[in-house]
Amino acid sequence: MSDPQTLFDKVWSAHEIASQGGESLLWVDRHFVHEGSFQGFDQVKARGGKVAEPSLTFGVADHYVPTRNRPAIASPDIARMVEQLTENTRANDVTLFGLNDPRQGIVHVVGPEQGLTLPGLLIVCGDSHTSTHGALGALAFGIGASEVAHVLMTQTLWQKKPKRMRITIDGRPSEGIGAKDIALTLIAKIGANGAQGHAIEFSGAAIRTLSIEARLTLCNMSIEAGARCAMIAPDDKTIAYIKDRPYTPQGETWTQALDEWSTLKSDDGAKFDREVTFDASQMAPVVTWGTSPEHALPIDAQLPDPASENDETRRKAIADALDYMGLKPGQKLTDVKVDRIFIGSCTNARIEDLRAAAAVLRGRKSKVPGLIAPGSSMVKRQAEHEGLDRIFLDAGLEWADSGCSMCVAINGDLVPPGERCASSTNRNFRGRQGPGARTHIMSPAMVAAAAVHGYLADARPLLPSYKS
Amino acid sequence: MRGRFSPLIRADAVEKFTTLTASACPLRLANVDTDQILPARYLKVKRAAGFGQYLFHDIRRDTQGALRHDFPLNQPRWRDAKILVAGHNFGGGSSREAAVYALCDAGIRCVIAPSFGDIFSQNATKNGLLTAVVSDDAAAEIATAVDAAPDLPLAVDLENRQIRRGTKSWEFAIEPARRERLLNGWDDIATTQSFKSQIAAFRSRDKDAHQWKYPPLG
Repeated sequence: MSDPQTLFDKVWSAHEIASQGGESLLWVDRHFVHEGSFQGFDQVKARGGKVAEPSLTFGVADHYVPTRNRPAIASPDIARMVEQLTENTRANDVTLFGLNDPRQGIVHVVGPEQGLTLPGLLIVCGDSHTSTHGALGALAFGIGASEVAHVLMTQTLWQKKPKRMRITIDGRPSEGIGAKDIALTLIAKIGANGAQGHAIEFSGAAIRTLSIEARLTLCNMSIEAGARCAMIAPDDKTIAYIKDRPYTPQGETWTQALDEWSTLKSDDGAKFDREVTFDASQMAPVVTWGTSPEHALPIDAQLPDPASENDETRRKAIADALDYMGLKPGQKLTDVKVDRIFIGSCTNARIEDLRAAAAVLRGRKSKVPGLIAPGSSMVKRQAEHEGLDRIFLDAGLEWADSGCSMCVAINGDLVPPGERCASSTNRNFRGRQGPGARTHIMSPAMVAAAAVHGYLADARPLLPSYKS
Repeated sequence: MRGRFSPLIRADAVEKFTTLTASACPLRLANVDTDQILPARYLKVKRAAGFGQYLFHDIRRDTQGALRHDFPLNQPRWRDAKILVAGHNFGGGSSREAAVYALCDAGIRCVIAPSFGDIFSQNATKNGLLTAVVSDDAAAEIATAVDAAPDLPLAVDLENRQIRRGTKSWEFAIEPARRERLLNGWDDIATTQSFKSQIAAFRSRDKDAHQWKYPPLG
């Protein structure tokens, strides 16, 4: 009998080609590239190289694509970014889900949606939110441009094995509490670097109750806790989600895959370097107040006071964050007025997210302007099929095309300086949604509640199922 | 070790890092994410055009675009700094390697901090930028020391994983593999070329054993 292994160790060792100096040379099963990957392609060109495995490489246009008046792109600079991706993928025979492709969307939404993301695969992309794909039991992490070039040229990557961290989430989240609330609660507790150097495995009763889309949200946010990657062992829900997607294996290979996937779980007695346990049943809806995802509090809380903080660095961090955000110590979160809302991003723009926001907005008006950018073009069509677009439009919000949009604010969609945005995205960093923009991150339902009230607000009383 | 690399590929090797003796600038901020190091709107810039002018763009300038005097790197005494001393979680967030390009292009060759974003450290190594991990106390001590007397340089000795200044010294941590790369200026793609046959053998074995991993439409 070999020693009990973690899920992470199993997938890692299945991809190990060689090791040297404490690092492993790993085989990469899927490499996603986007407009920002041009630095990697440029390095390949400078070396006179080409893409080693075009059939394992997939291009997705998402970071710079327009969300309005497609296919026109107003700025030549931005148009150039989209064209570059088309040229680089075409020159290397790489499949591209481009601007006008009906499958286009945000890379971390498209991968799972197309069946490109599967349990047990090693997936990389030049984007930190690649951790998302771990929700299906893949080992997936973000890489930089030099590593993108390395993968393009060799389909491999040198990595030091991270430590393993198990986060067990027990209990059943109450009505109106979702994966975003769990993620922000976790980050507030362990810190924005709390999982640095670690591969997370999420387990526990609460995880099993989460839908696949909610699990994608949770693994997506693991990078905001500093994790190298996050994984969830595949179960019946995973298999049901994956089945019959365009790139999912079929027939005999599907049976072979099911067989292999059944071993993808941590063995009893497997050792983790760190164990953290949470109870989801006590969690409240959470919003961020500051400029780091760890600056997160339950919606009924008051803002912190730097004066009551003993540590100098922390005191300064709180004071700076309050100052940037235009907020006062001790202020109630529900007294914070918002200027606009955004629902989108690889974190929270899948169909279940749009349904959750629509449930709050149905028959109501938004007090502030706002933009809704679906996670993919397929999500967009599905939402329109369900009539969700009408709910958003009737509320006075803008229904747009799919892309990273106002989450990273490089396609022209941005929050004006000094304005406050309630956002379903992943980062409340200074200037993330545009220079001087003030971002509060929260679940899509909470964003919808902020729209209805014009203030940060608890979404639960607005839910159809709410009983006072 | 380096003998087996073809000369053509070695031309791409990064600058070696041995001991750096230079002025160090204290940046007493925690969670300086890669959006602060390099705002996303400058990510369109080509590598050859240089990123130095965009380093810390939005935190070193006021809303009118003028340089803020209270930002340490803007002060004459730290104009030639090649070392930064920062708070925990430096370089967290986005995977953008251009954050490292911006530091390198502005002349920074070493960042000292209690912790770094994982992807940032990985990117730094590929570009010859040292990320030296010290304790919270050591980071605070070093920052205080360089603040008090900016003219006395700091020596960062990678071989011995030691930071020295006058009679004081501090140990720092770095992954052994990263240390080797920086000391030798190794280039990963060149290293990997020497594993070509192992990679090919793995690929063929893998495809035979796990057909489902290879996309049917690919």
